[in-house]
Amino acid sequence: MTDQKDICLSGSGLTKVFGYGRQTCCAVDHVDFKFYEGEVVSIVGESGSGKTTLAKMLLGLINPTAGDIYFQGKKRDISTYKKKQEYWKSIQAIFQDPYCSYNIFRKIDAVLLDCIHMRGGRRLPHAKKVEMMVEACSFVNLKFEELTNKYPFELSGGQMQRLMIARIFLLRPKILLADEPTSMIDACSRATILDMLMQLRDEIDMTPIFITHDIGLAYYISDTVYIMEQGKFVESGSADEVILHPKEAYTQRLISDVPKIYEEWDLSTV
Amino acid sequence: MRYMIQQVFRSPKFLFGFAIFMAMLLTVIIYPLFVTGNPLEIIGQGTFFPPGIYVNVYDSINTEPYILNLDDAAANRIASTLGDEERLAMQEWLVAYGIPEDEIDIADTEKLLGKWENNYDPEIVVTGMTNAKRNYYIRLDASLEGLLAIEGAIIAESNLQTGALEQKDFVEQTDYVNVTEVPNVRVLPLGTDNFGRDVLPELVSATGTSLLIGFVAGITATGIGLVLGLLGGYIGGLVDDITMFFINLFTVIPGFVLLILISYSIGQEKRGAVTIAVVIGITSWVWTARAVRAQVVSLRNRDHVNLSKLSGHSIVHIILSDILPYIASYVVMALILQISLGILAEAGLSILGLGPRTTEVPTLGLMMNWAMIYQAQILGKWWAYFPVVITIALISFSMNLMNTGLDQVFNPALRD
Amino acid sequence: MSRVMLEVKELTTKYITRYKEDIYAVDHVSLKVEEGKSLGIAGESGCGKSTLALSLMGYYFPPLYYTSGEIIINGRNISGLDPDDVRRSILGTEIAYIPQSAMNALNPTQKIIRFIEDVIQAHDPKITRKEIYEIARERFEILGLPAEVLQKYSVELSGGMKQRTVIATSVILSPKVLIADEPSSALDVTSQKMVIKMLLDLMDKGIIKSMIFITHELPLLYNVTDDIMVMYAGQIVEQGNAKEAVFDPLHPYARGLMGSIIVPESGLRDVKLASIPGVPPNLKDPPAGCQFAERCKYVVPGCTAHSVDFHELEGGRAYRCIFSEEELREAYKND
Repeated sequence: MTDQKDICLSGSGLTKVFGYGRQTCCAVDHVDFKFYEGEVVSIVGESGSGKTTLAKMLLGLINPTAGDIYFQGKKRDISTYKKKQEYWKSIQAIFQDPYCSYNIFRKIDAVLLDCIHMRGGRRLPHAKKVEMMVEACSFVNLKFEELTNKYPFELSGGQMQRLMIARIFLLRPKILLADEPTSMIDACSRATILDMLMQLRDEIDMTPIFITHDIGLAYYISDTVYIMEQGKFVESGSADEVILHPKEAYTQRLISDVPKIYEEWDLSTV
Repeated sequence: MRYMIQQVFRSPKFLFGFAIFMAMLLTVIIYPLFVTGNPLEIIGQGTFFPPGIYVNVYDSINTEPYILNLDDAAANRIASTLGDEERLAMQEWLVAYGIPEDEIDIADTEKLLGKWENNYDPEIVVTGMTNAKRNYYIRLDASLEGLLAIEGAIIAESNLQTGALEQKDFVEQTDYVNVTEVPNVRVLPLGTDNFGRDVLPELVSATGTSLLIGFVAGITATGIGLVLGLLGGYIGGLVDDITMFFINLFTVIPGFVLLILISYSIGQEKRGAVTIAVVIGITSWVWTARAVRAQVVSLRNRDHVNLSKLSGHSIVHIILSDILPYIASYVVMALILQISLGILAEAGLSILGLGPRTTEVPTLGLMMNWAMIYQAQILGKWWAYFPVVITIALISFSMNLMNTGLDQVFNPALRD
Repeated sequence: MSRVMLEVKELTTKYITRYKEDIYAVDHVSLKVEEGKSLGIAGESGCGKSTLALSLMGYYFPPLYYTSGEIIINGRNISGLDPDDVRRSILGTEIAYIPQSAMNALNPTQKIIRFIEDVIQAHDPKITRKEIYEIARERFEILGLPAEVLQKYSVELSGGMKQRTVIATSVILSPKVLIADEPSSALDVTSQKMVIKMLLDLMDKGIIKSMIFITHELPLLYNVTDDIMVMYAGQIVEQGNAKEAVFDPLHPYARGLMGSIIVPESGLRDVKLASIPGVPPNLKDPPAGCQFAERCKYVVPGCTAHSVDFHELEGGRAYRCIFSEEELREAYKND
């Protein structure tokens, strides 16, 4: 395989507990992980397993109750809002529902301009900004001239999700957290989105982390898979290892419960 | 945004309410331009003049008369003095006097008057008749004098030197005067109130003042509620705890009682219209704040807010552009309701006598207050309170209608 | 030849929007389901499969209107009947329907047994509550559901259990045909498996005679139904038994759809997923000719000139395309 890569994001003992007193809910329970640069990671879990909470903690949108996160080897410090804004230059996200990800009152030009400004391009001449936006849109097979001055709800779901990818193209983060990026997209358009994300990885040298409940998707696209159950990582390893030769009982059950078409789908284990 | 506004103006309920409201607003603005003069000017000496056209009698005498020969003139004249009530009273007296009932025909005026004239004697004491009733018959008799006369009236002036009466003019029964030629005619469509003020200009001015109070109170209340709801809802933590503390405090203390206490303690001199409006505003912001806070709490975890944070926007920018537009429709509706409630609150205060100073501007509540104190409703002087009530009702109705229309636009689930 | 439980001939139904536009959500659909067999209807969101389910039940309430075609259930033609008549005469006894997220429609203030009482008493008012309880308990036992569930409230049950309860309730009168619209989409994989097993049990044990299963997840259909029908823009574009439809599709859209299936099975990491550019047509203003032409890789001018033939091959196979079977296979070979 490849040489020893650098660790871009890792965590130890990461925990998040909601509520206080007697009514507590432990969403993420002492989780350890190491994500290497350039490798495609998937965190697979069913709903309620805590994967969305973990994603928000990695993004810095929620503060952990305990544990540390290390970014590029150093302990992550996002105690002030300014530090958070600095951190967000290196890590970005794509969310599940393209219809909810946009502010419906702002035109899509504003969304792309925000990205240019975040990378320090506020003083650039307008023509240069437009050039950058055209380039970003063409990367995702959209035409900027057709989209300019439109509101998000005038686009289709697939177009909106691709625009999210264009946004990432402009932002060039080191890490991308994709939270169920294709669950609300038609099956026929899924491959397009996934291909674009992989192209983006090669283009800007980015580490994508997928959060999903779809094991098939995780198997298809990732190098490393983490299986999450009730706030804990129960198994992790390369995609082939975890999915074709699962060791833990939970993982085995999870894999066997997914309908297969090439192999026999065993219904007796219900 | 533009699409939403287009939708709003297509909603029938909204348009209807808006039309009523604009009609009132325009009346309030345009009417004083045409009818100048102080609405609080006392023009009537005496209370509660009924609505009607008031013609100056002195001037009408001096105006050139026209002769009209109308058939029903005499009958009208008689009917106004001798109504059914009076006829029955006369019949009653005559029957008590001893004249058999079937000889009395109350429909035939001449015969009845004849019988009366022949038989009535104020000295006769009829058994079972009270003193008051006797006085009534004396007054009745006096008013019947000259009822059937066909001569005109003499207008006499006293000679300044001799002091004797000299005939100045003669008025025939067939003399009519054209009202437009009489120099002093005053139309009082709604009569006068207890002080003798013309009710219509007073009502228009009062509506204007009440609307102003409503606006100021509404904007104050919505403003406070919006700011507190936004800050508490979005920032959370200690700020939220403080906000919730105040919200709970103001919920528990009854708003109206607080209003009365503050109003009372300000004192009569300082109570102007705008002051009262602000006081109403600062006691009625609670439910707006709570509703805004609830909405903001649910909005702050949405994807687009998270995305905004990831795009490096500051907290102020996020509140203004990611949260505020999403609650704007609710805030507009809340504002309309607060204006309506502000007007009603002021009316309530004024009825208790704790409203704005009575000497400067009238308000709808004050007008109701005066009508109540001077017992207009008991005396049957409907023009002093009924138009005011209808105005308040129309303001509330139009605002609620606009609100319902807006609600249907912003919340598609409610559309019929 | 086994009895035909449900037959549909050229069914067309439309929606009328508030701006008085006609949207033909189901466009000349024909299908046949025999006793002991199940049919799967696949397609993406907006293709008309849920509308088809409502139409099959005769459930026409504005803005959905029946336009033309025949629906014959167990020999009875119910097309064009009043929805209330349909409800009284065939719903529950001949045909049963489970809408999407049916489990969320359970009234949280009533015990499960009350729903079963409602269903049974609607068709047989004289039956006693004790008898109903017996019937329910027996049926639940056959299906592997614990009898305690009957005395519970819906909020006490997990998602998978709720859905299974709803399915069991809807077939309590043993209808001939069961129409299930996305019965397991909102559930996690384990609960999904339980629901699927239950549906297969219902068929095996003869409680229902035939089933129509509607979903966008193709691996499910492959494992559950005997035949698969693919819908696009209100029309059927591909029909055949499960193996043929998934592994040897003829229509270009079906081919793209099957090519985009992702399953966690070995060897699939290296396969290139298919994708189809563009979006389905706006049914308010459908294009002339083939509905898929604007997105099709193999489009020729004839596709949009006139409406496209529906080829019916032997063994129940069918597809809608301007090309013949040989032409299509040739084109696919060169890809």
